Amino acid sequence: MGVELVILLLIVFMIISALIAVEASDLLSAVIAIGAAGFALCAIDLLLAAPDLAFPQVLVEIITLVILIRMIMTRQDTSRQTPKDTLRTAMVMLACGMFLIVVFLAVGGMNTSGTIPSFGRPVMGSFDDTGVSSQYLFRCAQDTGAANVVMGILLDYRAYDTLGEATVIVVAILGGYAVLRRIGRKKREVKS
Amino acid sequence: MGIAIYILAFVFILLGVYALIAKKNVIRIIIGIGILEYGVNLLLVLVGYRKGGMAPILANGQSSANLAGRAVDPLPQAMVLTSIVIGLSITALAVALAIRLYDKYGTFDMNDIRDLRG
Repeated sequence: MGVELVILLLIVFMIISALIAVEASDLLSAVIAIGAAGFALCAIDLLLAAPDLAFPQVLVEIITLVILIRMIMTRQDTSRQTPKDTLRTAMVMLACGMFLIVVFLAVGGMNTSGTIPSFGRPVMGSFDDTGVSSQYLFRCAQDTGAANVVMGILLDYRAYDTLGEATVIVVAILGGYAVLRRIGRKKREVKS
Repeated sequence: MGIAIYILAFVFILLGVYALIAKKNVIRIIIGIGILEYGVNLLLVLVGYRKGGMAPILANGQSSANLAGRAVDPLPQAMVLTSIVIGLSITALAVALAIRLYDKYGTFDMNDIRDLRG
């Protein structure tokens, strides 16, 4: 009960920061608000017994903040406010409401049998369950020799996934370099 | 309480979708992608939570059967760990593209960029 209440309050905090990030008129405050949401997510990860996620999340959060603030500080934001459109807002609200009703039924509201397992009861059972998560937990120590099951999965059982992740990072770095390089680019007249 | 947590996580994802659709500023679109990514990660970790569960790390002298009976689901955590790092690459690439857009057009506003073409 106590942990759930804290998680609930932290998610509410994240939603408020995200609202500020989306709607604030100043870009710098928007970026700082999204940073606040990310650090709240780190705290939620710790409460959900996932320390392996909290530490990378902190690192990623700091790097993202540095990149975004560095981009914003030296550039002038000249964008103008989009005019309010009542019909469009109403349609968006309607779509969001319908989506939330579907979510409510999917998590088992109104005593329906939901498709998402109820909170605090994951799909895996005890160790004699043949599901993949239980088997990972049960056999990780003798199969891989790793005490940390998450790392055992990441670097042994599903090492190809990690290879794909590294490939994605390399491609992103190469793409960023290709987009931002100054040497070798064809000189062209710049419209100002 | 459990249903409220799930629904708030989905509301958070919806905020990201809203920022992607309704905003014309490139930086706000990048922020929307970030919100969407946080929301999906949060939801996946929430689905794997066991009430009162311990972290999936084998303690000294603990048997594997004991761990399998008490720990939270490790599989969503492993996949979300991959997803966090990929999210950082996405943000970095998007920021690079936004910087090039600003260098070329001198603005972050999609309306102005569209007007300047041609």
